[in-house]
Amino acid sequence: MTDNIPASDETARVEAAAQETTREGTGALAVLNSSVGRNAGLVVALVILCVVGAATAGDRFTSTDNALTILRYAATIGVVSVGMTFVIIGGGIDLSVGAILALSSVWCTTLATQQMAQDSTWLVMVGVALAVGAACGLVNGLLIAYGGVVPFIATLAMLASARGLAEIISNKKTQIVQVPEFIDFFNKEILGVQISIYVFALVAIVGWVLLNRTTFGRRTIAVGGNPEAARLAGINVKWHTVMLYVLLGVCCGIAAVLLIARTSTGSSTHGLLYELEAIAAVVIGGTLLSGGRGTIVGTVFGVLIFSILTNVFVLNNRSQSEQQLLKGAIIVAAVLLQQRLASRNSST
Amino acid sequence: MSEPMTAPTSAGALLQMTGIVKEFPGVRALGGVDLDVRAGEVHCLLGQNGAGKSTLIKVLAAVHQPDEGTIVWDGQEVSLSSPQAALRSGIATIYQELDLVPHLSVAENIFLGHELSTAGFSQRLRANRMARELLTRLGHSEISPTRSVGSLAPAGQQIVSMARALSRDTRLLILDEPSAVLDQEGVANLFRVIRSLTADGVAVVYISHRLEEIRQIGDRITVLKDGRTVATGLPVAETPTPELIKLMTGRAIEYVFPQRPTVAADGEVVLDVQDLSLSGVFSGVNLSVRAGEIVGLAGLVGAGRSEVLETVYGARRASSGTVTVNGRRLPRGSVTASVKAGVGLAPEERKSQGLLLDEAVYRNVTVSSLGAFSRGGFLNRAAEKRRAQELTTSLDVRPSGVTRAVRTLSGGNQQKVVLARWLLRECRVLLLDEPTRGVDVGARTEIYQLVRSLADSGVAVVVVSSEVEEVLGLADRVLVVREGEVVHEAAATDLDESTVLDLVMEGRA
Repeated sequence: MTDNIPASDETARVEAAAQETTREGTGALAVLNSSVGRNAGLVVALVILCVVGAATAGDRFTSTDNALTILRYAATIGVVSVGMTFVIIGGGIDLSVGAILALSSVWCTTLATQQMAQDSTWLVMVGVALAVGAACGLVNGLLIAYGGVVPFIATLAMLASARGLAEIISNKKTQIVQVPEFIDFFNKEILGVQISIYVFALVAIVGWVLLNRTTFGRRTIAVGGNPEAARLAGINVKWHTVMLYVLLGVCCGIAAVLLIARTSTGSSTHGLLYELEAIAAVVIGGTLLSGGRGTIVGTVFGVLIFSILTNVFVLNNRSQSEQQLLKGAIIVAAVLLQQRLASRNSST
Repeated sequence: MSEPMTAPTSAGALLQMTGIVKEFPGVRALGGVDLDVRAGEVHCLLGQNGAGKSTLIKVLAAVHQPDEGTIVWDGQEVSLSSPQAALRSGIATIYQELDLVPHLSVAENIFLGHELSTAGFSQRLRANRMARELLTRLGHSEISPTRSVGSLAPAGQQIVSMARALSRDTRLLILDEPSAVLDQEGVANLFRVIRSLTADGVAVVYISHRLEEIRQIGDRITVLKDGRTVATGLPVAETPTPELIKLMTGRAIEYVFPQRPTVAADGEVVLDVQDLSLSGVFSGVNLSVRAGEIVGLAGLVGAGRSEVLETVYGARRASSGTVTVNGRRLPRGSVTASVKAGVGLAPEERKSQGLLLDEAVYRNVTVSSLGAFSRGGFLNRAAEKRRAQELTTSLDVRPSGVTRAVRTLSGGNQQKVVLARWLLRECRVLLLDEPTRGVDVGARTEIYQLVRSLADSGVAVVVVSSEVEEVLGLADRVLVVREGEVVHEAAATDLDESTVLDLVMEGRA
């Protein structure tokens, strides 16, 4: 309603001197609030986890093999999380990622698809997985942007139906991949690291460039930050929203490919609770659930933290239940911290 | 009423406000307001938009704390610390936007915040009975206490709000433009209710833009202008309308309007609007603006001015009519197409509709022109910053860094950022909705100069403002809008403020 800062000459001069300092403040919260600081916080969390891992599991944790195992696990969830980052920055949410992944994995491992792949090339399977993911994302996006269904409900419906369809197609049976070229390609090692892991790295880099260096990324931030202002500035908010969900759908397709390569199977039970892990990774990485702000680097850290946590629990033979409990606590802590940072932002 | 009164003028006064000052950063909203209200009277508060009426009633309702001045309530100087304290003292406010909970019942709404209960269990039957008594007292026994409030018409909801005020033993009732949501019959009912309340000794502060209503219901008038009381306690019956309008206008000019070009703009018609309608809001609007011309739309809030602009822009989908820019007809309801055709809008709610507050200045400037800075979708951020820096420097946006968040700028500078956005696009048609709202006096002159120089460079400009003076000072031609229709059109130099005020308030000159 009123101006936050009077535009008197004096303040103008003082503030011009501090031009580049967009946000001032003291104390630990302010440090955590800068992008470097926030990532530093994540690095600290990561280091602590590694120390705990090394102390409790010793060589089994610190071995190169274990590191690669962690990364392979992280790759699947990580690709989904990068896509999820875009949707959340754009002001949405997608609960259906695990189900889309399952449907993609089933569709691209049906006998018919595999037959086609054997007749031509294994890339057919990759194409099918991406197309199924994109189609599911398109349905989500259209329902949300043009149908006016809130994202929570639209994607909840997709969560149920995509997995249902996956069960119908697969008849609830695990489908074994009979195309060795497919499996071999993603498990091939370059410099001792599997292709799957390179795929994750590539998706993260492309995601970072897309968010920070392209019109698409800029518009995503605008649409999530203030949809009405974005619309009045001439951005086609609805179409952009659709594209965000399609992007995430494609990411689910990529993740499905990586998961199939890791397990040699397509199954309607793939990707269970991936929505939880992906959203948690994004939030822990510092992306605001209210939209308009977030980073890919943070998300990658979030994914690594969760993956290492899982690994440390498994190495110590701790139960899945304990793992879930701790993960829940971490999510709450991350959101509480985020809210304090957000309220601090709006008051400066 | 047992305490002796201190000031002689306050004899019989239930409320006496003296020298109330309220400042917000950069804006002096109230600069010394006096108001005295007697028990059992209807005291009308008059003033143009921005005169300080809303701030004054918020001070009275203790939403805002005054910086200076005294409030004497019922013979005692008081300092109301919170809206709850004001309510406890017997001061109730009914705002324009009714604060009811639509899914709760009438009775539940009436007793919201002071529910009738025994040991935590609500006494529904007693609440319903008491609600029925209150509604009957207001002459609306036909409203069932168990009905959900959302199913009531606006008039009925207003009655519920009043019943809620009465449930608290209210002695002063503030009504902020209560007739805005009502039809004629509703207004008649409202007046009946007000009369029965004042007969019981309740004082009413009544805010309205409609002079004819004030004539019907008011006892005395206080006129505010630019945050000051210019007249108080005028008896309604003995004050002629021209005198009231003179009091409301005729302010000391604190800012300067730019010179109009000596030759009237005779460029080609850039924006042509034919028979534009938005069902239920406005109908049959015709408007054509030449290159270099500034056309103003004057009217009250709610008369449909902003909606006209937003419909021209495509942010609302017209129910009929056409918008043509440079001879090309725009599709209905597409902002993207309008922006492509060279139309820009500086919206009324700058912060919620115009800006990405947490984003850097340069990003707000370039958001509508990202295509110009990208190759294959990749943005050239250095070029973005450079262009934004050039533009903001030429508009004298201060402080000058383009990487600071827009949130940290003052209102006037934020408005310049919005204008820079459309300058960057080299738009042909600029639609300005309340261009100086929240802009302090010093920056206003700059904004006016800027708008005029844009027009001089060949842009067709449409300005909407609820400040009549602004429309008259800035525009070449003025359209007066009242209740969704253009009632008058004339060159700005042929109009004066009181004529326009007459037109917007009463529909005739």
